[in-house]
Amino acid sequence: MSLTEKHKKLERNITLLAAATFVTVAIGGIVEIAPLFWIDNTIEEVEGMRPYSPLEQAGRDIYIREGCYSCHSQMIRPFRDEVERYGHYSLAAESMYDHPFQWGSKRTGPDLARVGGRYSDEWHVQHLENPQSVVPESIMPQYGFLAENDLKIADARAMLRALQTVGVPYTDSDLEKAETDLFAQADPDMDAGDLAERYPKAQIRDFDGNPDRVTEMDALIAYLQMLGTLVDFESGAPLEELAEETGR
Amino acid sequence: MQIEAALGRAGLWFLLLLLSVAVAATAKDAGFAAHAVIIGVIAFVMIWVTAGRFDPIAGGRTFFKMPDTPSVYDDEIVRWGVIATMFWGVIGLLAGVFIASQMAFPWLNVEPYLNFGRLRPLHTSAVIFAFGGNALLATSFYVVQRTCRTQLALPSLARFVFWGYQLFIVLAATGYVLGVTQSREYAEPEWYVDLWLTIVWVAYLVVFVATLLRRNEPHIYVANWFYLAFIVTIAMLHVVNNLAVPVSFLGSRSYSAFAGVQDALTQWWYGHNAVGFFLTAGFLAMMYYFVPKQAERPIYSYRLSIIHFWSLIFLYIWAGPHHLHYTALPDWAQTLGMVFSVMLWMPSWGGMINGLMTLNGAWDKVRTDPIIRMMVMALAFYGMSTFEGPMLSIKSVNSLSHYTDWTIGHVHSGALGWNGMITFACVYYLVPRLWNRERMYSLRMINWHFWLATVGIVFYAASMWVAGVTQGLMWREYGPDGYLVNSFADTVAALHPMFIMRMTGGLLYLSGALVMTYNIWMTLAGKVRNEAPMTETPYDAERDKPIVDSRPSAAPGTAPDAVPAE
Repeated sequence: MSLTEKHKKLERNITLLAAATFVTVAIGGIVEIAPLFWIDNTIEEVEGMRPYSPLEQAGRDIYIREGCYSCHSQMIRPFRDEVERYGHYSLAAESMYDHPFQWGSKRTGPDLARVGGRYSDEWHVQHLENPQSVVPESIMPQYGFLAENDLKIADARAMLRALQTVGVPYTDSDLEKAETDLFAQADPDMDAGDLAERYPKAQIRDFDGNPDRVTEMDALIAYLQMLGTLVDFESGAPLEELAEETGR
Repeated sequence: MQIEAALGRAGLWFLLLLLSVAVAATAKDAGFAAHAVIIGVIAFVMIWVTAGRFDPIAGGRTFFKMPDTPSVYDDEIVRWGVIATMFWGVIGLLAGVFIASQMAFPWLNVEPYLNFGRLRPLHTSAVIFAFGGNALLATSFYVVQRTCRTQLALPSLARFVFWGYQLFIVLAATGYVLGVTQSREYAEPEWYVDLWLTIVWVAYLVVFVATLLRRNEPHIYVANWFYLAFIVTIAMLHVVNNLAVPVSFLGSRSYSAFAGVQDALTQWWYGHNAVGFFLTAGFLAMMYYFVPKQAERPIYSYRLSIIHFWSLIFLYIWAGPHHLHYTALPDWAQTLGMVFSVMLWMPSWGGMINGLMTLNGAWDKVRTDPIIRMMVMALAFYGMSTFEGPMLSIKSVNSLSHYTDWTIGHVHSGALGWNGMITFACVYYLVPRLWNRERMYSLRMINWHFWLATVGIVFYAASMWVAGVTQGLMWREYGPDGYLVNSFADTVAALHPMFIMRMTGGLLYLSGALVMTYNIWMTLAGKVRNEAPMTETPYDAERDKPIVDSRPSAAPGTAPDAVPAE
C-alpha cells in the first residue's frame, strides 16, 4: 500500500487525525524538557544562593511589570568579551529561585546579571529618573515615577507563600516576618532584626535617597544592587587552578 | 416563555455585574480592579442588550453594510472576523511604528503607561494574537465550511469563540499598559486572562472538530489538517507554559510553576512554537485553501503535503532551545535544538514549494492579478525566513546574532512578509465574496498596497540586518592592546541611523495597510472605482493601422516609387 493510500485512513477519520497530531507534537517537549527536572547536573550546586528577600522580590516584580526584560538580558554567555564586559558567565543555579526566569532575549541595553554593586544607589536613582543625564547615548525611557510611588504590596506574606508553593524554600519565620522585612530593609528607622541572617548578603539601607518613605524606587534598586552578588566566584578560583594543573 | 428566558439571562448578567463591582472594590491591585471594571461594563451593556433596548450587533451590521440576505454558509462570524483582523492589524502596526520611533527618539516615551517596556508586548500581542489570531479564526471558519460542504456546527458557540477572543485581546492589551504581565514573551497575560483564553480555545476546538464531524466530503482537506494541528498544539503549549500560582485570587500577580533553566526552556518551547503553530501551521492552512482558489489550480503535490505536514509538526516542537544557545541550559539540549532547527528547513520549504508550484500554468497571473502577486511574495518571504531561521540557529552564527536586532529583522521578514502578506491576500479574496460585491473597490490600490508593503519590509529587514551585525561585531571587537574597543553606549549610538530606517520601513508598511482599509471600506459601501484595468494590455484601435500616405500608395510587392533621401 502506498503512502498516500495509507494516509487515507488518517484523513478520513478526525479522531485518528487529531490523536496522531497530538502524539506527534507532544514528543519533542517530553524528550527535551522533562529530563531537565531529574538530571542532577542540570543545575550545578553552588554556595551562596538564597531566596530573594521580600523587598528584592518586590523590586523584581516591578522589573517585570515595567517590561525591563524587553531590553535587558540577565544571562552572560561564556565568551571572552561578555565575561570581560559583564563578569563571570551565568550559572544555572543563579536563577534557581527565579519564578519566572528573566534571562531575556534582546540587549537593547546591557546585560544586568551582575549589575549589583557596580554603580552607587545615587547613580541608579539619577539614571532611572533621567537615563540620558548620565549616559547621553542611552535610549532608555524615564522611570522617575518609581520614586513618587509608595511601595504597596497587598500582602507580603501571601507573596512569599505563593513562591513557597512553587518551590522556593522560604521558612515559616520568613513568612511570619515578611511584612516587617519588606519595609525594614529600606527604612533606616525600622529594626531589621535577623533579616541579614535569614537573607545572607542582604543590603539593608535606604536606596532611593529619601529615608522618610519606602518607594518603588527603593525596591527596584534593592533588586538591582543584589543581582549577581550572591555567589562568590573568587572562592572557586583555587579549585579551578587545581583542575587545570591535574589536566581535568 | 421568551420573556422569562430573557429575564433569566438579564439576571445572570446582573449577577456578573454585582460580582465585578465586588471584585473591583476588594481587588489587591489597580490592574485587577481595572479588569473587573471592564467586565462590569460589559455585563451592564449586556443587561441592556438582553432587555432589547440596545442591539450593538445589529448596529454594527448596518454600519459595516453586511448583506441582509442569509448566506448558504454561516458567514456572519467570518465577516466580523475580517473586520476585527483589519482593526487590530492597524492598531498593532501603529503600536509597532510608535515603539520603533521610541528607539530612535527616546523622548517619545511617556512614563509610566507609554514606556517602551509596557508597549512592546502590546505591539507583539496585537499583531500576533489580535491581527493574526482573528485572521486565523475568520479563515478557519470560512475554509472548514467550504471544504466540508457543510455549515458551522454549534453556531452560537462559534460566536462565543469570536467575542470571547476579543475580550481576551482587550484584557491582555489593557493589562500591559497597566503593568499586568507575567513577562513570558508572547504569553504575557496573567493567570486569569490565561484561564479565560483556555475556555475560549477549547470551545474553538469543539466548534472546529464538530464541523469536521458533520462534513459531506469523505476526506478532510489538507488545510484542515494544518488548522487542527494549530488549534491542538496551541492548546497544549498555552496550558503548560502558563502553569502558575496566583498570589491572591483577587490580584493579578502570579508566580510561574517553574524556575530558572526549566522555566526558560518551557517558555521557549512555547515561544518558538507560537511561531511554529500560530504563525506557520495556521497560516499554511490559509495558504492551502486560498492560493489554489485564487490561482484556479489544484495544489501541486498531494504527496508533498502529507510528508511536509507530518515532518513540520514533528520537528518544530524540538527547535525551542535555539533561543537559549550558550546560556545556562545544558549543552545537550542546545545541540538537540540546533540539529532539529536545521532539519526544519526542509519541511518548511516543502510548504513553500507546494504553494509556489501550485502556480504552474498560472504564472502569468503574477503580472495581472495583484492578489496572486501578494501570495507569491508571501511564500517567497516564508521561504527566506525559514532559511534564515535554521541559519541563525547554528550555534556559531547565533553567538553573533543573539541579543541583537538581527533576530528582530528575522522575525519581521517572517511576520510582515509571510503572515502579513498572506493575510492581506486572503482578506482581499474574502471581502467581495462575503459582502456580495463584484470585486474590490480598486485593484490598483491592492497593487499600491503590495509595493508599499514590499518596500517597507526591505527597509525594515535590511536596516535590522545591518544593525544586528554591527552591534554583534562591536560588542566583541578587541583593540591591539587586548582590551574591548567599544563601551555598550557606543554600540547604542551606532544604531541610531538604522533605527530611523526601520521606523521608515514600518511607516511604509502601515500606510499600505491604511490604503487597504480605505479600499475595503469603499468595497463595503458598494462602490467600484472607475480605473484602468490591471489585467489588460492597453489597446488603441485608432493607432493599430498602417501609416496612410497622402500620395497614392504602391501596390504590395512593388518597390516604393521614391526612396527618401538619407
